[in-house]
Amino acid sequence: MTQRLFMKGNEALAMAAIEAGCRYYFGYPITPQSDIPEYMSRELPKLGGEFIQAESEIASINMLLGASATGVRAMTSSSSPGISLKQEGISYMAGAELPGVIVNICRSGPGLGGIDASQADYFQAVKGGGHGGYHIIVLAPSSVQEMYDLTMLAFDLSDIYRIPAMVFGDSVIGQMKESFVPNPRPRRELSPKDWVVRGKGSGAQRVVKSLYLGDGELEAHNWKLHGRYGVLKEKETRWEEFLLDDAELVVAAFGSAARIAKSAVMEARGKGLRVGLLRPITLFPFPEKAFRAVTERCKKVLTVELNAGQMVEDVRLSVARDADVLFYGRPPGAGSLPTPEELLVQIEKNY
Amino acid sequence: MRHDVFIAGFGGQGVLLAGNLLGYAAVTEGKNVSFFPAYGVEKRGGAAMCTVVIADDEVGSPVVGNPTVALLLNQASYDKFVCRVKPGGTCIVNTSLVDTAGQVRDDIEFIPVPMNDIAVQLGDPRMVNMIAIGAYAAKTGAIRLASLEEALRLTLPERNHKYIPANVKALEAGAQTCQ
Repeated sequence: MTQRLFMKGNEALAMAAIEAGCRYYFGYPITPQSDIPEYMSRELPKLGGEFIQAESEIASINMLLGASATGVRAMTSSSSPGISLKQEGISYMAGAELPGVIVNICRSGPGLGGIDASQADYFQAVKGGGHGGYHIIVLAPSSVQEMYDLTMLAFDLSDIYRIPAMVFGDSVIGQMKESFVPNPRPRRELSPKDWVVRGKGSGAQRVVKSLYLGDGELEAHNWKLHGRYGVLKEKETRWEEFLLDDAELVVAAFGSAARIAKSAVMEARGKGLRVGLLRPITLFPFPEKAFRAVTERCKKVLTVELNAGQMVEDVRLSVARDADVLFYGRPPGAGSLPTPEELLVQIEKNY
Repeated sequence: MRHDVFIAGFGGQGVLLAGNLLGYAAVTEGKNVSFFPAYGVEKRGGAAMCTVVIADDEVGSPVVGNPTVALLLNQASYDKFVCRVKPGGTCIVNTSLVDTAGQVRDDIEFIPVPMNDIAVQLGDPRMVNMIAIGAYAAKTGAIRLASLEEALRLTLPERNHKYIPANVKALEAGAQTCQ
């Protein structure tokens, strides 16, 4: 077994990006994710890579777009206000079918808001945050180990499907230190990138673009993208099930909220309450089938989020028709992070 | 076995270093651990706080509402966190700086340790955090002193390794208060 390390989630994520072959990083500092550019600025030059502190978030997302068009693995990271600025570039990447990893260590808003742990960018992440009706892959780690493992997965999925991928965390997952195993990059068959721009040479001209003006061209392009989202839903949905078999109440939560909720679920079990946890790991594609399956039997779901209610809408769309979907959450900000004790009260109230 | 602890004081007392040290020591013992710093607009002299959870199996929530143990190093953190300690739990208090008369609880155990006084006797007032961790280790058995000693090498930057013997002495002095 590889030796266990003890590091911040943000650092583990940066380390995983390098293990996954990312050699180009573009970003602009913002709390609570600045450990990521700090790590990349230290490590990438040693590997012959390139770290650029761009003049803005908008510049850095467009640098990611450009780097990706040449076929390399590249990444940008930011936190909520910066991710808002990147949306135009993400939409262009989605339109041009460019892979690339975008990290959002989500902070509280709206506007400048605060730096506390938040899941209030759920809608923005999973519904296509920019214009044009697209989706990106969204992965939600709930431990430092997953910050590491899911970042490597984000690069692979993004390359395979030619869709930008987001790692969606917050200051709990990003700033805490945990023991984790720095697993080697998984072996995976990846198709050659025969679409990258490389100078014409003797080959055929290649164009990376999101502009389609010909009659019927754009519709066909969009149907192709939507078809791919369908394949993602079919093949790449991931979730964790915890004590669901005999559950009378299923708690649904992702990321840091799921960590807090899991302790509450264990406490509830200790008191004899049959409670389980269903934790989406991919937020897009959303684990619709998992929710449908569990609610064929268990008719009560309590969704817990660090916001005023966003994922709960996807849970409602996914469950069996006669299931009740309840919600507990608080708008994020200083002092509003729920504790396991607080969630246990909610579980007991709704059981 | 699962151990959770709040460590709180003011910025500069080494609260976060103490939490980190516990984390590294737990890793050297092959345990799972989470170290969650209160993350705000922190500065020297302001409030500093972290939560550490050490477990043989899954850590569970890195966020804890009511800890079984609290190490409270100054008055402000005592006033804020003593009420949060789980009934039946333990509060290790730096009585050099904390007057506990304002808030008395009879449902938790108080371990008074005059940390600043002990640190001054040892010749370095900066050792308050090590005395606190030594007391914690001896009181709870959550971590071995030898692991803490080993973890100092991982926690401190190379340039500060010359201070390790003094830190070990402070850990031992803290442990003695609970033996």
